[in-house]
Amino acid sequence: MLKYLLEKEFKQFFRNRFLPKVVIVIPLMVTLIFPLIANFEIKNINLSIVDSDKSPYSQQLVQKAQASGYYRITNISENYDNALKSIELDQADVILEIPINFEKDLVNEKAAAVMITANAVSGVKGGLGSAYLSSIISDFNTNVRVEWLQSDSRFVVPRFEIRPLYWYNPMLEYYVFMIPALMIMILAIICGFLPALNIVGEKENGTIEQMNVTPVSKFKFIISKLIPHWVVGFVSLTICFVVARLFYNLIPAGSILTIYILASVFVLAFSGFGLVVSNYAKTLQQAMFMMFFFVLTFIFMSGLYTPVENMPQWAQIISHFSPLKYMIQVLRLVYLKGSGFTELLTQFFALSAFAIFFNGWAVISYRKSSQ
Amino acid sequence: MSVIESKNLSKNYFSAKSGKFAGIGLRLSGDPKSPSGDLGDGLCFEVDKGEIYGIIGPDGAGKTTLFRILTTLLLPDSGTATVDGFDVVKDFKKIRSRVGYMPGRFSLYQDLTVEENLKVFASIFNTTIEENYHLIKDIYQHIEPFKTRRAGALSGGMKQKLALSCALIHKPSVLFLDEPTTGVDPVSRKEFWEMLKKLKSEGITILVSTPYMDEASLCDRIALIQNGEFLTIDSPQNIVNKFNKILWSVHSNNMSKLLNDLRSHAGVGVCYAFGDTHHITVVDEKLTINTLSDFLQEKDHKDVVISKIEATVEDCFMELAIPKN
Repeated sequence: MLKYLLEKEFKQFFRNRFLPKVVIVIPLMVTLIFPLIANFEIKNINLSIVDSDKSPYSQQLVQKAQASGYYRITNISENYDNALKSIELDQADVILEIPINFEKDLVNEKAAAVMITANAVSGVKGGLGSAYLSSIISDFNTNVRVEWLQSDSRFVVPRFEIRPLYWYNPMLEYYVFMIPALMIMILAIICGFLPALNIVGEKENGTIEQMNVTPVSKFKFIISKLIPHWVVGFVSLTICFVVARLFYNLIPAGSILTIYILASVFVLAFSGFGLVVSNYAKTLQQAMFMMFFFVLTFIFMSGLYTPVENMPQWAQIISHFSPLKYMIQVLRLVYLKGSGFTELLTQFFALSAFAIFFNGWAVISYRKSSQ
Repeated sequence: MSVIESKNLSKNYFSAKSGKFAGIGLRLSGDPKSPSGDLGDGLCFEVDKGEIYGIIGPDGAGKTTLFRILTTLLLPDSGTATVDGFDVVKDFKKIRSRVGYMPGRFSLYQDLTVEENLKVFASIFNTTIEENYHLIKDIYQHIEPFKTRRAGALSGGMKQKLALSCALIHKPSVLFLDEPTTGVDPVSRKEFWEMLKKLKSEGITILVSTPYMDEASLCDRIALIQNGEFLTIDSPQNIVNKFNKILWSVHSNNMSKLLNDLRSHAGVGVCYAFGDTHHITVVDEKLTINTLSDFLQEKDHKDVVISKIEATVEDCFMELAIPKN
């Protein structure tokens, strides 16, 4: 009997105009496009230059800023007022003003002032834009001093340089950090959202009533909803692995099997959560909003974008109740650090607890709602 | 032999939030097993094998609630009922494999084709289309040319035929049809009732609900239901025969004024609109058609036509239902 129900579900799934495309499009979006968009690195800051000095030193400073790769010089103004206008017109984010006599003061009085003005409408861009610029200036400053000392005297000035070594993500690439975490969104949507919406859809259409008068048991009915979505979810996840490998050369440092094992537990937990929602929702609209509310909360509490350690104490406590948090940890640890199953026992037990909790709740709430 | 029996069934609806009583869904009394044969209101709800049993009543009377209890979709608050000898609460699984249910609303998969829908329902009952094809042949033939069309794209009448085919594919012993002809054109309605008669000859017991009084005469027995209570249960002919009042139909040029004027007359019992005339029962035996006609002409009615008529099931229903309002 289950076989026929599954056949029906798969038929309906592939006959849907929208869903089969989602299975292909979402992994591509998540692995190819999201990492490019959801990027907190600030590049391409529009810089406006007011070089009133026009000396070799001032030009050196401008070149240095340009060579850093963070800036794009979009405006060169004669005076500060014009430069300010370019900020107002949104052509520039940061102004670097080099006053007249910059080189003269630097050589004669061993000190000179420059001014940085930043547009703080976008706080991150303005803040980082001016911070990068100050570090470029102080770097320039050091170079100038070293140059003078070495040309003046015969002894070498001792210098030291800090060279940080970044473990697990040596190039500090943002996508290496984000893609594994984003993959889990696919499982959450396909294995948690879709079956729940499907069941509520049958409720709304009344088809569930026709099914209820048949010998099909409720358990078989629900399993027939879950299995196709599990299959599709794992296909989608696998597409993610392949795309990440092909386009970003991202290979998990640990075993991919570990990911699949923990992902199955996660899927069990999250489809249980979906079933709970489907028991309480009478219409698709209700189900959608309930899902959105909880999933958004789960995401923001999961450490996907902001590290959990940055959150206030109360939020850190809430974050323990987000199943997404544990699965994101799993993917990041396996992909970047190469953790094995034994190192992920905490996550395994947490996810198992969620699976028991949600599915238990689903059974109890179903019994209540079925009368 | 009774296929369906009930005993003091009741189902009350409570509003979901406050838990306050929100109305009676169903309250059936009567005990078929008692020595006198019935109790309470003197009505017992029993359906015999192989009969077409009509549940006739207005919207909100409790027809669907009764069907949902008997098809094990709803638990009664109290009382018991059996279908085919099985208790609707304890043996619900056994009932589910031997009844066919066609809900009032089209409840098949709209994204599956006609044939696929039929196949799904055949296979979950562990049977095949071929095995019981003789049962559905007459009905399914009409829609067979469209068997590759999706159910959602069928016309109303075809949807209804498909739903009936799906409810029949496992050769149920009892068929529950909840308002099968609501929203269906007169020709299809007639056709549908002919199909039911054929199914009856196959030995299938049919319980059908309808708000249309004219369909009542097509049933072997009917139960008139209102506000969750049975008003009467009998064969349509007996119900009409039992109607012992004088019944007239009245027509004039001003029908709405006529209704009030008739109701104001002391010799008129109940008066209600019936199609393009008004039906009245006469309580004063001295009242004649002529005196009533004069009375109405005094009240400025023209073209007054009064005639004596035979009662229909609807008249019986009105007679039974109106005093309770």
